Amino acid sequence: MKLTGAEILMKVLHEESVDTIFGFPGGAVIDIYDELVNTEINHYLVRHEQGAVHAADGYARASGKVGVCLVTSGPGATNTVTGIATAYMDSIPLVIFTGQVPTHLIGNDAFQEVDIVGISRPCTKHNYLVKRASDLARIIREAFYIARSGRPGPVLVDLPKDIMITKATYQTAVKPKIKSYRPHYEPNKRQLGKVIDLIKKAKRPVLFIGGGVILSKSSKDLTEFARRSQIPVTASLMGMGAFPGTDPLWLGMLGMHGTYRANMAIGASDLLISMGVRFDDRVTGKLDTFAPKAKIVHIDIDPTSIQKNIPVTIPIVGDCLHALKSLNEMAEKNNLGDVPRSRKSWLSQIDEWRSTRPLAYKTTKAIKPQFVIEKLYELTEGKAIITTEVGQNQMWAAQYYHFDKPDHFITSGGLGTMGFGLPAAIGAQVAHPDQTVVDIAGDGSIQMNIQEMATAMQYCLPVKVVILNNQYLGMVRQWQELFYEKRYACTCMKSGPDFVKLAKAYGAGGFRATRPDQVVDVLKKGLSYDGAAIMDFRVEKEESVYPMVPAGAPITEMLLV
Amino acid sequence: MMNEKHVISMLVDNEPGVLSRVAGLFSGRGYNIESLCVAETIDPDVSRITLVTRADPPILEQIEKQLNKLINVNKLRDLSGPESVQREMAMICVQARANNRAEILRIVDIFRCKVVDVGIEHYIIEVTGDEGKLMALINLLKPMGIKKIARTGVIALKREPG
Repeated sequence: MKLTGAEILMKVLHEESVDTIFGFPGGAVIDIYDELVNTEINHYLVRHEQGAVHAADGYARASGKVGVCLVTSGPGATNTVTGIATAYMDSIPLVIFTGQVPTHLIGNDAFQEVDIVGISRPCTKHNYLVKRASDLARIIREAFYIARSGRPGPVLVDLPKDIMITKATYQTAVKPKIKSYRPHYEPNKRQLGKVIDLIKKAKRPVLFIGGGVILSKSSKDLTEFARRSQIPVTASLMGMGAFPGTDPLWLGMLGMHGTYRANMAIGASDLLISMGVRFDDRVTGKLDTFAPKAKIVHIDIDPTSIQKNIPVTIPIVGDCLHALKSLNEMAEKNNLGDVPRSRKSWLSQIDEWRSTRPLAYKTTKAIKPQFVIEKLYELTEGKAIITTEVGQNQMWAAQYYHFDKPDHFITSGGLGTMGFGLPAAIGAQVAHPDQTVVDIAGDGSIQMNIQEMATAMQYCLPVKVVILNNQYLGMVRQWQELFYEKRYACTCMKSGPDFVKLAKAYGAGGFRATRPDQVVDVLKKGLSYDGAAIMDFRVEKEESVYPMVPAGAPITEMLLV
Repeated sequence: MMNEKHVISMLVDNEPGVLSRVAGLFSGRGYNIESLCVAETIDPDVSRITLVTRADPPILEQIEKQLNKLINVNKLRDLSGPESVQREMAMICVQARANNRAEILRIVDIFRCKVVDVGIEHYIIEVTGDEGKLMALINLLKPMGIKKIARTGVIALKREPG
């Protein structure tokens, strides 16, 4: 069967069960759009290509599927780069289709030509320039396969305009085979056996989990394992929600703004079982003082993550789901016996840390941002999908919203991309139309992709934006306060805009609270508003996130409230 | 042990962009490349890249893992040890005037290399060998005046058993 490139693209998207695309048309992809409207695929027209990638990213994180976007060549393509790098750092499966000038013009500095394959090479898992229509189907299938398998990541496919109108033979679904790409899922059983042995001997074990547990959909198995072996659990920002935030074994987040008990537990631990993490500097603090007394087990599907930052006692390459299933089986067979009971003194030590140094903030007459999140948590009963922007808003969200389920906390962890939250919320809302989706934002971050309010309005997506408005770039201001003698260089943003009026200009609901006693009311109004809404909370201007580990210090040396 | 030299040999897909993936990985992650040599193998779909780098053991481990992670890298081996044969070729254009023409030819003879181009005032010498041999020759020719030099960088193959 001979089909045009654009038709083949649609066929393969159908094979891959793609029903949602976020995109923005242009000259180089006009043939694709012409074909797209004949399909069942829902296309969401964003207002900026960066928004398309973040929306696809939010969609992927919320749904567990591959996120797809489609943009035109040149500036359309370059605008996706921040979104792609965001997804790459957080291992999110995306396929990004970019238009390209016709093959005979490539390299000629043609109108809207850019070497996006070259530009995106270091921030994609893999990328392709399609040079022949006959390669198209294979390449798209490979792109989806690479994006979702192994350690997931974004894959970019560059589509020259002439290829989209060239006819080629289309063969129905052939499973992609890439000889040099064989992700290693099954962990070594003998190594896992050693982990069980260590657990039996350990007095102060800690489980440290990251995004890998969420990506491999192994939260249930992790929870079972932690409870069975009575090991307290901490997580990186990316691992929040993989273990219930209301469980007594939960330590809270680890690292620079981690809880006192989580950071202290790592300092005292004699066995650290880490899964699906990569020991980012925001987690470890000063490397040679990280978990100084612990034997470290590291399970990750990506061999490059292991032994990269931290020397490991037991390295295990494999998928967290496979590993946890095996560990649960082994623990059951081996009968951990008295082991869980022997944890008593360790767990009571942790309780002591918890009660003496809980997460805390001082109340004043102003609205405390932490209070807003606490109330949001209460009013949504902890069930909302939360996306965040980046900075203080993100840290407070991680600290004060207690995530009980995976895929409910959607945040730019690795790259720390301001402007992520709103488009990601749009993507998450598309994936879960009936759930409450809230973007916890700062007044700085929200302005980086505020234009996507129009996208939310166009598709009647009732995303809620909670702006913790301190009229500062708060996290940088906090650093300036603590480490630069309060020299607030270029972090003040007092010119607005008026977010309530702005919301109304978009046709969305707009609400504002300036006093603590208005917080609950405004949250209620915003959350129950029929449609997208912005809630503007004028919070304490110079509030800081605590605990805080200064950059490069040991994580047990925290600045506290 | 620190910053030892390593010869890394890989079989890669012979398609555009693969070299830049490899080179980009080194520049992006701050690894060092001392030499790099690429050409097609017997299989036209496969090229061999031979790359010399200096790194301490943990960095070398990362380099190898990161290279293996590239979708287009099919096979990778460290060919630094005596179980492999390493060779490099150079062409050296040396100033050759009446007073040292004979001396240069004697050196060429001793090193079992070849003169591949002769002019009134120069020879181009072709030499093959390991790095030590090349450096020894270069040092001997330096006083005569080396006008220009082109080196291939190291290539290597693992010895077959038996």
